[in-house]
Amino acid sequence: MKKSVFLGALTVASLVAGAAAAATLDDVKARGKLNCGTNTGLVGFAAPDANGEWFGFDVGVCRAVAAAVLGDPSAIEFVPTTGKTRFTALASGEIDVLARNTTWTFSRDVDLKFTFVGVNYYDGQGFMVPKALGVTSAKELDGATVCIQAGTTTELNLADFFRVNNISYEPVPIETNAEAQQQYLAGACDVYTTDASGLAATRATFEDPTAHVVLPEIISKEPLGPLVRHGDDDWADIVRWTLNALIAAEELGITSANVDELAANPTNNPEINRMLGTEGNLGEMLGLPADWAVKAIKAGGNYGELFEKYIGENTPIGLARGLNAQWTDGGLMYVPPFR
Amino acid sequence: MSDLSYVRKEMLSQQAAPSTSVGVIGWMRENLFSSWLNGLLSLVALYLVYSVLSAILPWVFHSSWTANSLQECRQQISTAYGPDAHGACWAVIRERYLQLIFGFYPSELYWRPILAFGLALLALAPVLFTGLPRKMLQGSLAAPFLVPWLLWGGSFWIPVSAALGFVLGYVAFRVVSSLAGSLLGLIAAVAAAVIWWLTLASAWVGVMDGVIPLGIEAISSRNFGGFMLSITIGLVAITVSLPIGVMLALGRQSNLIIVRAICVGFIEFIRGVPLITLLFVASVLLNYFLPPGTDFDIILRVIIMVTIFASAYMAEVVRGGLAALPKGQYEAADALGLDYWKAQRLIIMPQALKISIPVIVSTFIGVFKDTTLVSIIGLLDPLGLSNAIRANAAWNGVVWELYGFIAFMFFVFCFSMSRYSMYLERKLRTEHR
Repeated sequence: MKKSVFLGALTVASLVAGAAAAATLDDVKARGKLNCGTNTGLVGFAAPDANGEWFGFDVGVCRAVAAAVLGDPSAIEFVPTTGKTRFTALASGEIDVLARNTTWTFSRDVDLKFTFVGVNYYDGQGFMVPKALGVTSAKELDGATVCIQAGTTTELNLADFFRVNNISYEPVPIETNAEAQQQYLAGACDVYTTDASGLAATRATFEDPTAHVVLPEIISKEPLGPLVRHGDDDWADIVRWTLNALIAAEELGITSANVDELAANPTNNPEINRMLGTEGNLGEMLGLPADWAVKAIKAGGNYGELFEKYIGENTPIGLARGLNAQWTDGGLMYVPPFR
Repeated sequence: MSDLSYVRKEMLSQQAAPSTSVGVIGWMRENLFSSWLNGLLSLVALYLVYSVLSAILPWVFHSSWTANSLQECRQQISTAYGPDAHGACWAVIRERYLQLIFGFYPSELYWRPILAFGLALLALAPVLFTGLPRKMLQGSLAAPFLVPWLLWGGSFWIPVSAALGFVLGYVAFRVVSSLAGSLLGLIAAVAAAVIWWLTLASAWVGVMDGVIPLGIEAISSRNFGGFMLSITIGLVAITVSLPIGVMLALGRQSNLIIVRAICVGFIEFIRGVPLITLLFVASVLLNYFLPPGTDFDIILRVIIMVTIFASAYMAEVVRGGLAALPKGQYEAADALGLDYWKAQRLIIMPQALKISIPVIVSTFIGVFKDTTLVSIIGLLDPLGLSNAIRANAAWNGVVWELYGFIAFMFFVFCFSMSRYSMYLERKLRTEHR
């Protein structure tokens, strides 16, 4: 009897969930705010400033979506999530979109029933060692002690890498990045391994960054991107094409500085015109106003501007574009046409 | 009279104590160097204290308060104290202390949490200090309704309607118990209050808002953070867990089998589960069971979980106090002809609680410190915020300063609680030892 009541409640809950999920756009509009799942704090990607405003590369994607849907990049409720709570927060409808440096993997996409709408940062796992160790390649790390965040995919990648290369290592499990920095600096481990972007950010904080080198090997693929729930393709389209609009804007030379001008005076480039809503009806197809992309680009700039502002070479993190350059510059950022 | 020259005729004037047993030297001889072994141990201990302090104090005072980033801190310290100096970057505390205390609460409304916690302390004062006038207790009754209203804001009629539920329950109790006995009266009281809260209260609030719109800006729970969050959770859990714990302890010793079974089951189940599991249930599992869109506040869920966790422990602490009472006390209460509740209120509980004071306060301190666990479910308590602050490129790498500040704040709260418990113990010491 108890079991049937429980199952009944579960069925009702999932039915309601299905019904609610079918119209995320309407929910967001009715609420007047986008609920965006973000990191509780990751250098360059998401962090609150002294006034409690969230900034960062992932946060920029959320602001663009809020601007496209609601016309206001600040109409956002940020929900900080941890690695453990992020997926349930999205699945339960607590958040509308999760932009929290989440790796796009098969099981997350298929088994956990999420839709990854694209990739906003191609990351990969790397190694950092003190220069004094005299190591130039990860393959020379036989017998090294390695600081690694327990319970992450990096742990599994590391085991795979050392097994494939038939060398041994001794893991030092740690919980957080801050702890890892302290352990590594204290000499508790020879090597620190995590995503290359994290390594760069960590190295930038050292008193003497030049005493440490990031080894050239990248041992895993970590495509990080925003994701939404399965089952609401209209909403997934909105988030996907907002991200695409940011990337395409860089390719087409649309920046936050000139977007107003380009939108006011239709150009000779029909793709720019279609994207900015001066030609065709792309916005209408998404169920958004015609100037959705204009608002999204104005929120924080195009993809390249976001990159430069939060994680690019002029920031303390100092990441090069690398794989994240436009396809025209030899990178992987390649979006389908706006047609 | 013969000449007894060996008998002293005048009193010797009192001499000062030997210089080796008074003042600093005397104190040191007695306390530090009373034997050669103690002297040696004292010297070793002094050396240890010196080496710890000589490592920490320069770091604390060779510091920077004005910089705007960790790099700037390091520059300022090396120009001021030499290139090898290591100093604390207290500038991060200067920039972020308001955030560490109030979280994301709007800065123009900081007066509300300050006023709320001030009110809460004022309401607790007559409970904590019996020297204060008893009439203040009547004011304390309003605090549970005013404090949440100040913190979360919204219509003034919400706390009023919550209070009305209790009034209705009381009226129902008086009416029904005079007609049909106290047990039915109790049931009627609970039923009346619950029906009011679940069905009529929200409509009544709507009507009253229409007639007299009275309210303050509503603040969503997502904006709570820092010590404000810890204190909110800790204060509720501490004040609510004691009465619930007393009830559970009494229920566990009750002769009524169902009451006893429920209490034992509750206590053993909650004590058998780690707090972190309960927090995950609150943040993750409940989300699946409740229909989406139900706005069951995350902080409210956490507060409920922490409170029931603390109550289960409190019940066992109080049961320990009850078990320590000699059987004669119970028999004396019976012999005086007191009924169950009077015996508990006048004889048993005052003694049992007095015995349990040190453990009760340790449980309180433990609960308050356990509130930092909420950072694991993504709430930005002080520890969660320290991580978020480090995520700024300017402060990435600042560790000890943030943890030091947080530890200091926690120490202030926990030490005050511990001093209060010692004061209470001294005041209530009635036995002759």
